[in-house]
Amino acid sequence: MIIYGTALLAACHLLGLFLGDLLGSLIGVKSNVGGVGIAMLLLIFARLYLHKRGWLPQETEQGVAFWGAMYIPVVVAMAATQNVVAALRGGPVAVLGALGAVLVCGSVIALLNRGSSQHAWQPEAETPQDPLA
Amino acid sequence: MQMLEKVLAHNGLVTAFLLVGIITWLSARLSRRLTLGRVHGSAIAILIGLGLAYYGGVLTGKQSGLADISLFSGIGLMGGAMLRDFAIVATAFEVQVTEARKAGLIGACSLLLGTVLPFIVGASIAHAFGYRDVVSMTTIGAGAITYIVGPVTGAALGASSDVMALSIATGLLKAIMVMVGTPFAARFLGLNNPRSAMVFGGLAGTVSGVSAGLAATDRRLVPYGALVATFHTGLGCLLGPSALYLATKAIMA
Repeated sequence: MIIYGTALLAACHLLGLFLGDLLGSLIGVKSNVGGVGIAMLLLIFARLYLHKRGWLPQETEQGVAFWGAMYIPVVVAMAATQNVVAALRGGPVAVLGALGAVLVCGSVIALLNRGSSQHAWQPEAETPQDPLA
Repeated sequence: MQMLEKVLAHNGLVTAFLLVGIITWLSARLSRRLTLGRVHGSAIAILIGLGLAYYGGVLTGKQSGLADISLFSGIGLMGGAMLRDFAIVATAFEVQVTEARKAGLIGACSLLLGTVLPFIVGASIAHAFGYRDVVSMTTIGAGAITYIVGPVTGAALGASSDVMALSIATGLLKAIMVMVGTPFAARFLGLNNPRSAMVFGGLAGTVSGVSAGLAATDRRLVPYGALVATFHTGLGCLLGPSALYLATKAIMA
């Protein structure tokens, strides 16, 4: 049943966010600490466990895979709800602060990723259908 | 016409699915026709989204972009934190555990660097533009981490509302730059394997920027980047009003 997969995803999502809130309040932060990350780890372990026991038929997997594939459309919707006007109105401090942060971090990323390119993945095969699917 | 409008408005989420579907279709065509597939369709779709957000913001004068137009309020639900997190968690299903474990340490290091470096840049630029008091510097610096860390830090320290707005603007601009720039900088950044995606997730910050940027680069990298980036806001909110504030205070004293 597809709903089993979606329900498993929901359970991991809720438990992860709850643990993230708990972690946040334990260390006295007014924010969720890594809730989504914890939820992702839970889902990874749940998959490994269920797979080993053979309790993960393909239909159940589809209940998760659908939402994974909906990810990019959701991001497009998210982009459409950003406060772009305010961001552009911030003036030079905001622009320079953001640009500086992006450039510095970009350089460090490039530096750290030197030498790891021998593990490069093959470029994504161009699918004949919609690349956003 | 009025009846159609009523149907669309009453079925906000479904309208949003349709709208995003149309945007996606349009950007896939633009990608193939105008750029011969060189610019990923998702990158164009995200740009169109940001453009629509600007339009919505100008039209209504409110803060949630297109979602403030009542006809498109469903886009707020679709792009809101709930469905966004739900979909991000779902991408974890494709994570290869061995890959993720190999990069665990470097992911954590980049997370710390990704918090401290933007803060230093943001606080220095605030200082250069005349925001000399420690609270303002810390708030704007925190905004350069993510647009959530900024206001959380500012609220904790009691920053003024214009400084808060500036700090949110800094974080938003950073997220937008990451969203738009990542596909173009992917080769320079070495973004072609899970390890590099985790480094990217830690350093580039903001779940929205990282996940959209990676989505527009190579969809398979998204879960690795998001896995690290999700700790970014939490770590920033932890360090901003405490360690980073105290360090700034100590340096400025």
